[in-house]
Amino acid sequence: MQFSESHYLLSSKPAPLANFSGLLRRLNVDVPLLGGLLLICTFGLFVLYSATGESSRLLINQAVRLGIALVAMLIVAQLPPDFLRRWTPWGYLAGLLLLVLVLTKGDVGQGARRWLDFGIRFQPSEAMKLAVPMMMAWYLHDRQIPPRIGHLAVIAGFIAIPTYMIAQQPDLGTALLIAISGVIVIILAGMSFRLMLGLGVLAVPGALVLWNFMEDYQKQRVFTLFNPDSDPLGAGYNIIQSKIAIGSGGLFGKGWTNGSQAHLEFLPERHTDFIFAVLGEEFGLLGVLSLLALYLFVIARGLYIAVQAPDTYSRLLAGSISLTFLVYVFVNTAMVTGMVPVVGIPLPLVSFGGTSMVTLMAGFGILMSIHSHRKLLPH
Amino acid sequence: MKLLSPIKDHHSERLLFIGRAIIASVVSVMLLGLVVARLVQLQVFNHELFAEKSQGNRVRIEPVPPIRGLVFDRKGRVIAENLPAYQLELIPEQVDDIDDTLNRLAAINLIEPDDIPRFKELSRSGPQFKPITLKFRLTDEEIANFAIQRPRFPGIDFRPRLVRHYPNGELFAHAVGYVGALSAGDLRRLDSARYAGTSHTGKTGVESSFENDLHGYAGFRHLITNARGRQIPADSRELLDSLPIDQTPRPGSNIYLSLDLDLQQVAYDALAGRRGAVVALDPTNGEILALVSTPSFDPNLFAVGMSTAQYGELQNNLDRPLFNRAIRGSYPPGSTIKPMLSLAALETGATNLTRKTVCIGYFQLEGNEHRYRDWKPEGHGPVDLHDAIEQSCDVYFYQLGVNLGIDNMHDYLTRFGLGSATGVDVLGEGPGLVPSREWKRNNFSDRDNQRWYHGETVIAAIGQGFMLTTPLQLASAVGTLAMRGDRYRPHLVAAVEDPVSRERELVEPELIGNVAIGNTFYWDSVLAAMHDVMQGPRGTARAVGTGAPYEMAGKSGTAQLVSIAQDEEYDKEEIAERLRDHALFISFAPFDDPRIAVAVIVENGSSGSGVAAPIAKAIMDQYLGYGDDAIQ
Repeated sequence: MQFSESHYLLSSKPAPLANFSGLLRRLNVDVPLLGGLLLICTFGLFVLYSATGESSRLLINQAVRLGIALVAMLIVAQLPPDFLRRWTPWGYLAGLLLLVLVLTKGDVGQGARRWLDFGIRFQPSEAMKLAVPMMMAWYLHDRQIPPRIGHLAVIAGFIAIPTYMIAQQPDLGTALLIAISGVIVIILAGMSFRLMLGLGVLAVPGALVLWNFMEDYQKQRVFTLFNPDSDPLGAGYNIIQSKIAIGSGGLFGKGWTNGSQAHLEFLPERHTDFIFAVLGEEFGLLGVLSLLALYLFVIARGLYIAVQAPDTYSRLLAGSISLTFLVYVFVNTAMVTGMVPVVGIPLPLVSFGGTSMVTLMAGFGILMSIHSHRKLLPH
Repeated sequence: MKLLSPIKDHHSERLLFIGRAIIASVVSVMLLGLVVARLVQLQVFNHELFAEKSQGNRVRIEPVPPIRGLVFDRKGRVIAENLPAYQLELIPEQVDDIDDTLNRLAAINLIEPDDIPRFKELSRSGPQFKPITLKFRLTDEEIANFAIQRPRFPGIDFRPRLVRHYPNGELFAHAVGYVGALSAGDLRRLDSARYAGTSHTGKTGVESSFENDLHGYAGFRHLITNARGRQIPADSRELLDSLPIDQTPRPGSNIYLSLDLDLQQVAYDALAGRRGAVVALDPTNGEILALVSTPSFDPNLFAVGMSTAQYGELQNNLDRPLFNRAIRGSYPPGSTIKPMLSLAALETGATNLTRKTVCIGYFQLEGNEHRYRDWKPEGHGPVDLHDAIEQSCDVYFYQLGVNLGIDNMHDYLTRFGLGSATGVDVLGEGPGLVPSREWKRNNFSDRDNQRWYHGETVIAAIGQGFMLTTPLQLASAVGTLAMRGDRYRPHLVAAVEDPVSRERELVEPELIGNVAIGNTFYWDSVLAAMHDVMQGPRGTARAVGTGAPYEMAGKSGTAQLVSIAQDEEYDKEEIAERLRDHALFISFAPFDDPRIAVAVIVENGSSGSGVAAPIAKAIMDQYLGYGDDAIQ
């Protein structure tokens, strides 16, 4: 805090813009990261407005959620990494407890038990998206890097327990994302590639076992990916329609609110999981590349913050948050373009929906906190 | 080093992390690159394919049914037209409780309770936004009544539509026929592209036989629809940059009938209250001038749709109003064939103009006691051919028949067009039957019945026994007599008019046969006898013909339905009305220049000359300009 303030004082011209920028710095906000995020959100609101059939009600709803998420980000940014680290185990345990509550007392919606209602409804699995990498980073913080086999087994357990519980809800998409965020921590922690290769080989029979445990509708999604035309009005419908939407957008798109696929309701889930297709249809290749560039910028900034981070906990956490964000973007866009099976993963910061946005922004708040609270090490 | 290992080496850990972060960055860029490659594939290389698919997605082709051609009589008066009518519709998705709504509609008599299960089934199948028709035509009263109660029936509304309308009701029901709702069978048979959007098709009569001309060709228009096929309101049509061009439907051709509305009315009125048929035609070209079958029915019931109960009533009516007696009814021709047999007998030498037969009231075959009775119990005394025709002496013709033989009878009656379809231009014509030895051989299974018996020849000579003719065949036959042997194909349609260019294609008269009796003297003699039937001192129909302002020729007939036991008196009072003889009459006029030929049959009318002949006369009066309106 002192550091950034002195920077401000040293600057020769306290212009209004610099004033504002200074205020943001004092609030531990990382201006490039915030800029990238706000650009994505703004772009997202435009697309959402069109995708909802020009519903200002949903637009305002989303904008309010965005505001809440930004506030959450600001709050988290004020919490120093050391503080976060100290509270991490308790947070993780609390998260597990809530997951148990979900499985026993949760609200059922669309055939799955995902919600808890304490006055406000929320999904504890969302909190675990952050709690799992935090817990792993906490564990590795005081230990040797790269981790030994025994430590690896422990942190694998940190991943496995919540992943299993969330998969039981069932919420395969979130379970998968949490597992991936954990694996990212392990990779960033320097696990040897030889070991990874070995585990990769082991993963093949593991996948076969997993296949046996998958629900029929989940298996169907995999089949459908490889041959969407086999069931054009059933499971393949989403993929076919979203490919038509994106492909028909061409280089420059059909223009904002002129996407026939979305506006004539051919595209299902158009304002939630498949909003990327609306973007592709209305803004063309130019539009999707712009959004992907913004995402890439945010991810790059996140990795830069991770590399600049002073300790293991911060580094691993920042790296995991940034790369998990990448996984979000990749899985959603690959799903909408028909490259991976349809899993319920929204396009971050653009798809309509509340909880995931708060989690995401809280994650970026952690990144900002890490960056602004770092102490320069003597080199 | 081992001692140091638990102590963290910050520098190397940082380097390790940076290495991993670089790898992660590279992998990230590769993953997003993969997505970009996919996007380029979809949006650049396959763009046209997907653009086409997206266009196909939003544009739906909706058929526009053509307007059915009109039907006019020979003077251009409308016989079948299309009128806007309000129909009652139900849109399933807008109705909360289909059962309740239908029950309440039945309660206010807008629909029949019997039809509720059918409507329920219809509302379940098919798209929920597509209206189903509950009633094809609402009366003004029903519209007014429903309009008041409309708020009670969300999802129920009335909508205008063109409905086939027959302004003359029952008058042309059998000649022109009617249209009815397309059945599953119709849909299989008809060209689905041409009938896209069509709800009705011709079922009988001209409506059915000229369906191809009357229907026209469906057009289509393009609609923008959403994924569920619902049309998007016009204000969002701006979404479309290049709508394919719509095609307007081609209306059906108009048809001009040879029928005359006035003549048809006279014939219908004359037959009123009876079961029977009238066919009048122009013998010089085969144009049918009147074609009536009674009792009739209102063809509008079929066009509009009727309740199951109404249809059942028509179907089960003992008088069979739906049955087209004029072209399908098969009746023994009775004495009406006597002029034709006379010509055959003269031509073959089976009789001559001077030979006389003494009629003693009955005829007996040699070596057989059975008496074939004359209609006149006391007999006609000595009669020649002229007398026999004029007075309709049965005994003369029994003898003539025996001389002529059944195969000659068959040969000549067939030349007059009896016993086979006339080839009239509407479907459903009955063939009739003129028996022969060969026919009997082929159509009976046991040996005794396969033989032809002399007695069968005897009764065939007065048009009884196996012999059956339709009123249309009799009209055609008497026309052939009038034309001295030339037989034209009877037809109802005189011209087909192109709906756009208004060009009319006339139906040319078609000579389809000649009786091939060259001796005009034979014709003169037989036709003179027919003339005297009407206007001779002893003609059977002189009561009808005498005093007419024009000369005519005719022949009455009476077809026995009940065989009368030997020596038993025929008492028509005692025979139940439906078992009485059929009354037949054939005639043409004017005698010297025949312009109209008429066949009349009145079921259970008892007397050809007494009941059927006045009907024929009324028609000829009208046609030749001496009708009631002409007198006024």
